[in-house]
Amino acid sequence: MIRYIARRFLWIIPVLFVVSLITFSLMHAVPGGPWAREKAVPASMVARLNEKYGLDQPVPVQYATWVGNLLQGNLGPSYKFQDRTVNDIVGGGIMTTVQLGLMAFFLAVFVGIPLGVIAALGHNRWPDYTATGISVLGIATPSFVLAILLILLFGVTLRLLPTGGWKGPDTWILPTIALASFPIAIITRYTRASMLEVTRKDYIRTAQSKGVAERAVVTRHMIRNALIPVVTILGPTLAFLVTGSFIIESIFGIPGIGRYYITSIGQHDYGVLMAMTVLYAFVVAFLNVIVDVLYAFIDPRIRFS
Amino acid sequence: MATETLRGGIAKPRPSASLWRDAFGRLRKNKLAMVGLVLVGFVGFIAIFGSILAPYNYQDQDLTAVVANKGQPLPPLTGGHILGTDQIGRDLLSRLMDGARISMSVAIVVQIVVICIGVPIGAMAGWFGGRTDNILMRFTDVMYAFPDLLFIILLTVVFKQTPFGQAMDGLLLVFVAIGLTTWVTVGRLVRGQMLALKETEFVEAARAIGVSDRKIVTRHLLPNGIGPIIVAITLGIPAAILAEATLAYIGIGVQAPRASWGSLINDGQAVIRSSPWLTFFPAVCIAVALISFTFVGDGLRDALDPKLKGKQ
Amino acid sequence: MSAADAPTIVELSADDVLRARTEAVAKAGVGRKADHLLEVRGLSTHFFTPDGVVQAVDDVSFDVGYGETLGLVGESGCGKSVTALSIARLVPDPPGKIVKGSILFDGIDVLKLNPDDMRKLRGKEIGFIFQDPLTSLNPTLTIGYQIGEAIRQHMGLSEKATQDRTIELLSKVGIPRAKERLKDYPFQFSGGMRQRVMIAIALSCDPKLILADEPTTALDVTIQAQILELIQTLSSEFGTAVLMITHDLGIAAGMCDRVNVMYAGRIVETGTVDELFEEPRMPYAWGLLDSLPRIDDIRGDRLRTIEGLPPLLIKPADACRFNPRCVYARDVCREKEPELTGRGPTGHMARCWATEPEGWIA
Repeated sequence: MIRYIARRFLWIIPVLFVVSLITFSLMHAVPGGPWAREKAVPASMVARLNEKYGLDQPVPVQYATWVGNLLQGNLGPSYKFQDRTVNDIVGGGIMTTVQLGLMAFFLAVFVGIPLGVIAALGHNRWPDYTATGISVLGIATPSFVLAILLILLFGVTLRLLPTGGWKGPDTWILPTIALASFPIAIITRYTRASMLEVTRKDYIRTAQSKGVAERAVVTRHMIRNALIPVVTILGPTLAFLVTGSFIIESIFGIPGIGRYYITSIGQHDYGVLMAMTVLYAFVVAFLNVIVDVLYAFIDPRIRFS
Repeated sequence: MATETLRGGIAKPRPSASLWRDAFGRLRKNKLAMVGLVLVGFVGFIAIFGSILAPYNYQDQDLTAVVANKGQPLPPLTGGHILGTDQIGRDLLSRLMDGARISMSVAIVVQIVVICIGVPIGAMAGWFGGRTDNILMRFTDVMYAFPDLLFIILLTVVFKQTPFGQAMDGLLLVFVAIGLTTWVTVGRLVRGQMLALKETEFVEAARAIGVSDRKIVTRHLLPNGIGPIIVAITLGIPAAILAEATLAYIGIGVQAPRASWGSLINDGQAVIRSSPWLTFFPAVCIAVALISFTFVGDGLRDALDPKLKGKQ
Repeated sequence: MSAADAPTIVELSADDVLRARTEAVAKAGVGRKADHLLEVRGLSTHFFTPDGVVQAVDDVSFDVGYGETLGLVGESGCGKSVTALSIARLVPDPPGKIVKGSILFDGIDVLKLNPDDMRKLRGKEIGFIFQDPLTSLNPTLTIGYQIGEAIRQHMGLSEKATQDRTIELLSKVGIPRAKERLKDYPFQFSGGMRQRVMIAIALSCDPKLILADEPTTALDVTIQAQILELIQTLSSEFGTAVLMITHDLGIAAGMCDRVNVMYAGRIVETGTVDELFEEPRMPYAWGLLDSLPRIDDIRGDRLRTIEGLPPLLIKPADACRFNPRCVYARDVCREKEPELTGRGPTGHMARCWATEPEGWIA
């Protein structure tokens, strides 16, 4: 078991390596180099910038330097703001983004799974229609549309909640809901489908033939088994939340690292882009491993192999 | 095989069942899926014939009308514009139709990319197994770890200025980028189906009679395994449409003056209180597209479920 | 492996078995509240499908005596499984529904019980052994827990007593090192051993009746014999009645006291094992027995089959359901369905115009 966990964690390293390689190569594939702008930059300036940022070194050396810096926690210099590093820019934003992502995750899980269970147990009756209806709405509404609507409704019209910023719990509510809506929909659908399948399984009939109370059949036999496939999508869900938060952060003006990703696109700040891509990949890979480990805990068949 | 119908009509012949006929019958009975199919057809129709049917060209600016309206966008049902116009007088309905064309293109092209990459890789991994499988699976692990949206953004940013990036108003780049991040699911599915079906008894039987490998794959494995793959591809369409809309919203992908629904929402956001229709209608379009494809995908999944074969 | 852990292997002669069974039947009858443990009258279970109403079980009546082993024999789709499920009221609803009839279990009409009381019967008085041991056990719970579940539900023993009883049951069904295997999961057991676990579950609360739905169909032939012997031994020991559902005539012959033959949702013949196998009085039964390959068959001959397929059970007409496949059929067979009538003084009955006293087959 320990070996399984260790192995999964160790895999992150080669994966990150390849990710960083791809990212680095992409950055260097930008035509005109990182200094290309709409107005031409004088060659002497380009040469000076290249020297300053070490871009006149052979490519493998650049890569090695970059990776070396990364490993020491130095995310590299910003290409746009010449006196600041990515670390400066990103700074405390990470905790904010992670907090938002986790809150949305827990909301999605604690709303989505019960909804899915309710829908399955009340199959083809009103609980099913309601829960499925909610999940359809979640799928049909892109997070940014929902964010706009929520701001309009609760922030502007009803003036119940703040429309942006990140100070205090009441600023957390709307962004979390907007971010979680799509995952809630997906988790509900998955849970419902999984529960419906489990309901048809033979071992449910065996449990009933023992005279076990209906509630125990549902919790002990159905839900337990139905959750196994659902856990497999929790990893990608978490990844989605972490990487998809940048839109929400942008709309709500939340000072997370996601927002910087968007701005650095517009500003052609490749240093930030590169570093953050690798950072994101690391977080995603890490969270995926955690979910995989969780999966092994739940399904005894995995545990023993 | 049927027994005769004798006097008294006891012995009814059992109708023969084929997977596709069964599935199609079940699909037709699924009301939601049928609604979805109709809507999909509608959107597709608009996408294909939109440029002919649209009242205006999506780029044309009816500036006189806007000026006449005190510089404000025209609300719906005024000045010959059924759904109104935006700030520079472009007819919203026509732009929505152009958006339909973009979204349907996303739907089709992305899935083509996904099929072209995912199916061969998955099939090879599954069929050959062993080292080939291992290598390919490690490769997909890397793709999985790449945060999807970020990778797409990266790709589009990097290649935006290239001829490839400019093709089709920037759409080709977006399609390929989205396809590159989403083929993994289909690839894994194909591999899984291959692995599972490779070991089944009917494949063993076919081998025993001496059927060639190629025939085994095409005549036995593919028809039996293709169900979940079709479902995955269909359900991947709303994801692709959503991805394109999200990207367009933050200004990535499709270039102005083309009108992706996502970029329309971005445009409309600024004036949402005074001209809500500019945000409302694109949002509705996105919702309709997403819902309809999802219903169809759900319906296909239920219809093709092999466990339901023969039962109704 | 200590002596206490080794499974008990007892060699019995045929006479021993017969004597043991007679004693068991007698013992089971002590304190009985009715003539028979199970009295099924006019049971009809229908499935309401989009294609129509499938009358899977149609007006079925039979008895199971205390401690008796009754066989329910028939081909796939004849309604035997649904009959067993109906007795335990486990028919999936929708689409199935018991539309008519009464099922008297130890004098109580099971169909009139409210769900809670029915639940108290299930597992405690009625045990079920299902067909496929590979899917009938919950993969995420230990087998110790799954066996103990019914005990905890119905017997209210202390945790220790429950565990002791579980270990005892496991040993009794022939699983070595029972105590250590309590914490194992189903996937760690082979098919045959899982079926033994199923038997342990069915017997866990000492039920009066066991419904065994093709318990050995999914197992190897060699394991089959062991499992059947186990069922027979244990039912004799505890005086448990068994409704043995099978399509295998050999199993029926070896295990049952009496046999019902079902076809297309109806019982078409019933009698003791001897009566049925020596003097069957219904062409379907003849076909069944005839189709068994015999050791003196000539090599190269074709296997004997009954031509045709069973009918669809939607809106059956008033005629003998077997007649399209019956070589002895005459007009009356197509016009009116025969009743189940006697064929001898000992309770042997058959549903066939031809073999009636006035019929055309002697």
